[in-house]
Amino acid sequence: MSIDQMLGLITGVLFGFLLQKGRVLRFEKQVGAMLLNDMTIFKFMLSAILVGMVGIALLTDAGIITLSHKPMNLGAVLLGGALFGTGWAVMGFCPGTSIGALGEGRWHALFAVAGMVAGAALYAELFPFIKSTVLAWKDLGKIGLPEVLGVSPWVIIPFFWAGTISLFFWFEKKGL
Amino acid sequence: MKWKTQDGGWSPYLAGALLGLLAIASVYATTEWMGKSNYLGASTTFVRAAGLLERTFAPDRVAANEYFIKEKVRVDWQFMLVLGIFLGALISSATDRSFKLESVPPTWEKRFGPSIGKRAVGAFLGGIVAMVGARMADGCPSGHGLSGMMQLSVSSFVALAMFFSVGVLVAALVYRRRLS
Repeated sequence: MSIDQMLGLITGVLFGFLLQKGRVLRFEKQVGAMLLNDMTIFKFMLSAILVGMVGIALLTDAGIITLSHKPMNLGAVLLGGALFGTGWAVMGFCPGTSIGALGEGRWHALFAVAGMVAGAALYAELFPFIKSTVLAWKDLGKIGLPEVLGVSPWVIIPFFWAGTISLFFWFEKKGL
Repeated sequence: MKWKTQDGGWSPYLAGALLGLLAIASVYATTEWMGKSNYLGASTTFVRAAGLLERTFAPDRVAANEYFIKEKVRVDWQFMLVLGIFLGALISSATDRSFKLESVPPTWEKRFGPSIGKRAVGAFLGGIVAMVGARMADGCPSGHGLSGMMQLSVSSFVALAMFFSVGVLVAALVYRRRLS
């Protein structure tokens, strides 16, 4: 095993461990969020984002790491996002959680994994067509919120924290 | 705030915050040891898995496919990360006794009955649509939802909003009986 693969495996084991401990791998939790009656996955995800965004901004400022934005390609993000949302609701897993759900015994996730591998093969077949249509519509490039708003990330982060913490209090008040 | 859930899990706030720390450590470690900042993600691995499988019966087709060439069909850092998720979930659930064999989840069963066949078809078709969408949008709830949001990427805010709003709409149509 190369060092890349070893590093990936160790990180993945910890990632899977935390996903399972947070109880977010389950179909019930994912569909529960979409039915708006259980916000566990958002509590988990937003907590990770709150902590992560501070560390990422610090390491970027120190010149230690580089950011890697995904392109803001309008057609891709809007249509792709809508397709993902549709499939996610029916499948009840996302790509990472489907694999984790298998690990905790929810073996019906195997059908979801098979579907996603088939979907990936289908996307590879359709790629030339999608590239000349959906992806060719309008690409705004790899942009971050700080450049767009013309402010430092350190101006955005406190607002994000305040908004998210308020949301957490609201979740707890409503028993979601 | 409780640090443990009733079934022995951890508070999602605590587990999530620890994942935030792991995400930071992971970007740092990949930059140091691989020479490139890698962020947590999962969906590209499904492309590589599809390529590896397809290569066993149609190697020329995979070698000539523009998308497979672009994403490089190989067992890389993220591929091992995704395998690791399986192991980590297995270790965690086996040690706190939350491991449970489940063929049909309760919410699904309430709406579509206990048929494994129906669940299989739903999960498979849902998987196809979701993965086409994830590859088009260039990310899933890991790549966009976690990693993109942490970096304040514009595309990730929009993608996550689309994932969730359309998910809410479709879930209401699929799992709530009295809608039409």
